[in-house]
Amino acid sequence: MTVSVGLLFPDLLGTYGDSGNAAVLAARLRWRGHDCEVVTVRSGDPVPTSCDIYVVGGGEDLPQAQAARQLGAGRDDGALQQAVDRGAVVFAVCAGQQIIGRTFSGPDGLPTPGVGLLDCTTVAGEGRRMVGEIVVDPAPDLGLPVLTGYENHAGVTRVGPSALPLGAVRRGWGNGGDSGTDGVRSGKVIGTYLHGPVLARNPALADLLLSWVVGALAPLDDAEIDDLRQERLRTVLAGGAGWRRRLARRRMGRR
Amino acid sequence: MRIVAPKVNSLQDPPAPVPQPGRTRLAAAVGAATAGVSRRLGRGSGSVIGGRAVLLVDPRALERLSAGRTIALVSGTNGKTTTTSLLAAALGGPGWVDTNLLGANLIPGLVAALAAGSPERPAVLEVDEAWLARVVDATRPQAVALLNLSRDQLDRNNEVRTLANLWRRTFESHPEVTVVANADDPLVVWGAGRAGTVRWVGAGQPWKDDAGGCPQCGGRIDFDDSGSGWRCGDCDLQRPALDVRMEGAEVVWAGGPSVVPELHLPGRANRANAAMALATAEALGTAPSVSAPALGSLREVVGRYAVVDAGGHRARLLLAKNPAGWLEVFDFLGPAPTPVVIAINARIADGRDPSWLWDVPFERLRGRFVVATGERSRDLAVRLHYAEVDHVREPDLARVVAAGRAPDVDVVANYTSFQQLRGLLA
Repeated sequence: MTVSVGLLFPDLLGTYGDSGNAAVLAARLRWRGHDCEVVTVRSGDPVPTSCDIYVVGGGEDLPQAQAARQLGAGRDDGALQQAVDRGAVVFAVCAGQQIIGRTFSGPDGLPTPGVGLLDCTTVAGEGRRMVGEIVVDPAPDLGLPVLTGYENHAGVTRVGPSALPLGAVRRGWGNGGDSGTDGVRSGKVIGTYLHGPVLARNPALADLLLSWVVGALAPLDDAEIDDLRQERLRTVLAGGAGWRRRLARRRMGRR
Repeated sequence: MRIVAPKVNSLQDPPAPVPQPGRTRLAAAVGAATAGVSRRLGRGSGSVIGGRAVLLVDPRALERLSAGRTIALVSGTNGKTTTTSLLAAALGGPGWVDTNLLGANLIPGLVAALAAGSPERPAVLEVDEAWLARVVDATRPQAVALLNLSRDQLDRNNEVRTLANLWRRTFESHPEVTVVANADDPLVVWGAGRAGTVRWVGAGQPWKDDAGGCPQCGGRIDFDDSGSGWRCGDCDLQRPALDVRMEGAEVVWAGGPSVVPELHLPGRANRANAAMALATAEALGTAPSVSAPALGSLREVVGRYAVVDAGGHRARLLLAKNPAGWLEVFDFLGPAPTPVVIAINARIADGRDPSWLWDVPFERLRGRFVVATGERSRDLAVRLHYAEVDHVREPDLARVVAAGRAPDVDVVANYTSFQQLRGLLA
């Protein structure tokens, strides 16, 4: 079987190298002998309903609203909703996570309907933009090692009762506010604030998404990636990200 | 598009010197002294700290030092330093022009360049794209060259659309400024769109991924690679008619002269930089027939393009600090399989987030041997791993050229790693 990875709107939501997530998924399939095609969906193109995995990246307010509209935000028969009903995997980063939730903060600052794949709402944060390295301990049931990435957003995301966070924030902000969590997940739909691209820095997370499509996966030689992960974790956990976060929280009056 | 006769003084007719107020003279002296101390302490050229000292004594120094001078500014994401050097050469070179050639392109650097120069000479100043509005307000330039806009240092910069809007408002409120703008970059066209006088130059912009959404209406911009440019599918925004175009090695003025600049810098991007420099020089009153041969004096730009001997290897130093810059550098590289050393840092001046490495099509380096170095060499190594490019990681900068294992090696570095390598190799 050929696994089809849909890369959604890299021209709108591709500001932070997130199209690398699709490249990582494709390479990790090919290296294991699976056929894989990356279907790049640009703004204005019809969104296919037949892909096995969809990836959405981060970007700024105006393109974000454009992307949401084209994904069928506010309707219950959009292409992405149909694909998820069929069992497709969706992996969304930053602005991508925000638009697949129930509502997000539109370019005018008002709550704007999202695609509704995840029970979460995002509002504009009151403090400074949340920018910097982030370390997340994933929820134990996912069976994943610690996640490392880089975040850059103003939005604060609240996870609703019918979804779960991806993990607990050890350094950085993640969903922001007083949540202490990052990301939102529900079934095979996952959102996170981690760039990096996050699947390049966290191969186990990439393999989790792939295993939902093709089943058990043979191990790969990830020595260079492990080396990068160790460097990032060592640097960030030893560094000052913790006090910066506490200071910012105090500034935002949340603690 | 209206083309007016240059309203500024040419080189043959220097502007009348305007006496500087005492406060500015004093400030300039303090700045020079501070810069000298900084130099003697071995802390760099001292231009930035000298400029800061001037500003401390006279916060309006930039405005005062600019008064009565012929000033041209060069701004954009990529090619600023090279185009500034080319424009300075086109206007006569050192001794005839003052410039901030070390890339100190924020206000202290500009103040230092002007304070160290002579009010009778024209000044060609490279300006950080995010500071252009303030610098235009303060310096009242005769001409501003706008090269391109694309993603760079995302952790701290505004998105490029915000910058384009800021440029647009600035030039709308300064109709006296002649803008020389790259018509092939929709964001630059938007930024220059309300200027009083614009010379549109077809300087090209291979990187399109920041301009896919129309700056006017959010619609999709369609690019036509056959040469007719671009237009928005939903509104009337499109590439303006060109006043100056590039035809191979030639730079051609609509209904006017055409020249072949004498250019010793490599690649398409530098032909574009030369076209922008010549068009700006022409807007300042220097005829292309005079400025085109003058570019030949430039063989490197603050170490860029220089070929240095490194332990018996010839290493050519190139700078690329973002995806758009990298797209142009692929065009400079020696023929495959010439090895490439790539140095990546992620300090404040580089941008703390190196995820832009994933926007560079490093797959194009397959068939070459790559040495990954710099403080973020591990990020680069992972990127090359996924691009399936044969590579090795060598953290020690002193050994990277030898690690290329060939007589000729191209060294491509981002901003701060370039400074380190240049210090080490040149």
